[in-house]
Amino acid sequence: MSPALKISGLTAGYHGTEALRDVSFQLDRGQYLGIVGPNGSGKSTLIKVILGLVPARGGEITILGTPRERFRSWDRIGYLPQGLQFFNPHFPATVDEVVRLGRLAGKRFPKRFTAEDATAVNRTLEWMGIADIRSKMIGDLSGGLRQRVLLARALVNDPELLVMDEPTTALDPETRETFYQLIYEMNQKHKATVLLVTHDTATIGKYASHLLYLDKRVIFFGDFDAFCNSTDMTEFFGAHGQHLVCHRH
Amino acid sequence: MNITDMLSYGFMQRALLGGSLIAILCSVLGVFLVLRRLSLIGDGLAHVTFGSVAIALLFRLQSVYNTLAIIPIVMGCSMGILKLAQRARIFGDAAIGIVSALGIATGVMLASVAGGFNVDLFSYLFGNILSISTSELGIAAALFVVVIAGVATFYNDLFASTFDEELAKSSGIDTDRINTVLVLMTALTVVLAMKVVGIMLISALLILPAATALQLARGFKTAIVSAAAFGVITVITGITVSFVLNLPTGATIVITNFALFACAFGARTLLRRG
Repeated sequence: MSPALKISGLTAGYHGTEALRDVSFQLDRGQYLGIVGPNGSGKSTLIKVILGLVPARGGEITILGTPRERFRSWDRIGYLPQGLQFFNPHFPATVDEVVRLGRLAGKRFPKRFTAEDATAVNRTLEWMGIADIRSKMIGDLSGGLRQRVLLARALVNDPELLVMDEPTTALDPETRETFYQLIYEMNQKHKATVLLVTHDTATIGKYASHLLYLDKRVIFFGDFDAFCNSTDMTEFFGAHGQHLVCHRH
Repeated sequence: MNITDMLSYGFMQRALLGGSLIAILCSVLGVFLVLRRLSLIGDGLAHVTFGSVAIALLFRLQSVYNTLAIIPIVMGCSMGILKLAQRARIFGDAAIGIVSALGIATGVMLASVAGGFNVDLFSYLFGNILSISTSELGIAAALFVVVIAGVATFYNDLFASTFDEELAKSSGIDTDRINTVLVLMTALTVVLAMKVVGIMLISALLILPAATALQLARGFKTAIVSAAAFGVITVITGITVSFVLNLPTGATIVITNFALFACAFGARTLLRRG
């Protein structure tokens, strides 16, 4: 089976500034990759280039066996950002409507919703325990619940690859833990490949099978044990920093 | 004069029908524009329409040909606003401002150079739905079908990219194409709305019914349907009141719209407190 994601020699940037330099790695099906690195290290840019939101300057990306330029099966990918780009708390959309928008990814022109879409939305809302708020307005929800609705939107197609950009940043510790559990369940039970950008180095070690340390270029890529046994990473992170990641709570 | 007498006039029948069709278009598109913070594109395109009307009057085109001649100019300028915002390193409001000022300047310059059509131009500034002819009503009906078909065809993509453009792109939606469809439909609607409330008040017809619906709506589809209903109600009420009290029609429609918005805002405030 082809890898979930293969990136070779990827270079990208904005207005003359280089954000990613010669990034290469491969993520196999069912793996859970935690992407960590300092601010401005290119983590979010990497996600945006993979999703086609920012153009690459060079290199190759293969998603679920198809070159990025020819990839059209967006329903096979679930994307969860840190939050909405310009969130309007008065936007007149219900939870049900927002989750259903996720189903557009698999549709061809003219895009119409069917009974099958309604079933998928119901199933996802039930699975995530938010069926009771389906008629509520998205702007009336707390930040944690709103992010959970966006996760439901990302999961409504049962994606093979789940891409998340710091999804738990604005959440309280309890909600964050519930969130990580849901993502872990998607990875373990539904065999979804997970790619998660995070600053939460203390928690990522508990769930990720692989780690990518990015600082515009790849500083480290490998499985969790290799990261914890790497003397290079001990030097880079310091013994305390490495222990913080490697100590599985 | 009672309502039956009023409705027996052909010009009133055309005004009420044409006004209602145009109100539906403005209100439906207005919901997308207001939520995308593009409300003032209506104002900008209206100013472009002013310049276009001056060109049409310069060539002494009859009213119906006038409308047909204006449409491609305003559609071209709507694309200009989009391209400026994308390529000139400026935000949409500045792009609207540039194209809007250019439209007004063109109109004023042509009026000054040609002379003699200032009175005609004035009628376009404040509109006169009561003078809508049968052929103009036909154009309005045809464009109504085109725009409503466009909204219905792209409804889900329009909704997704209005909710969050980045999420929409990540679902494979071509948001640039959707934005183009939206501004082109807005350009068509602005040309039609010019007849109802005039160039000076078009943005009110795009913004107020949508803003009223957004006070009360409990879902996106509800917002669209209620905005259309509020648009029709206020246009019919405005035309009727202006006819009975001998007031300017465009201004009466706008004030009726504002009154309904104030009621909806008040109702929402009371509901929140309760």
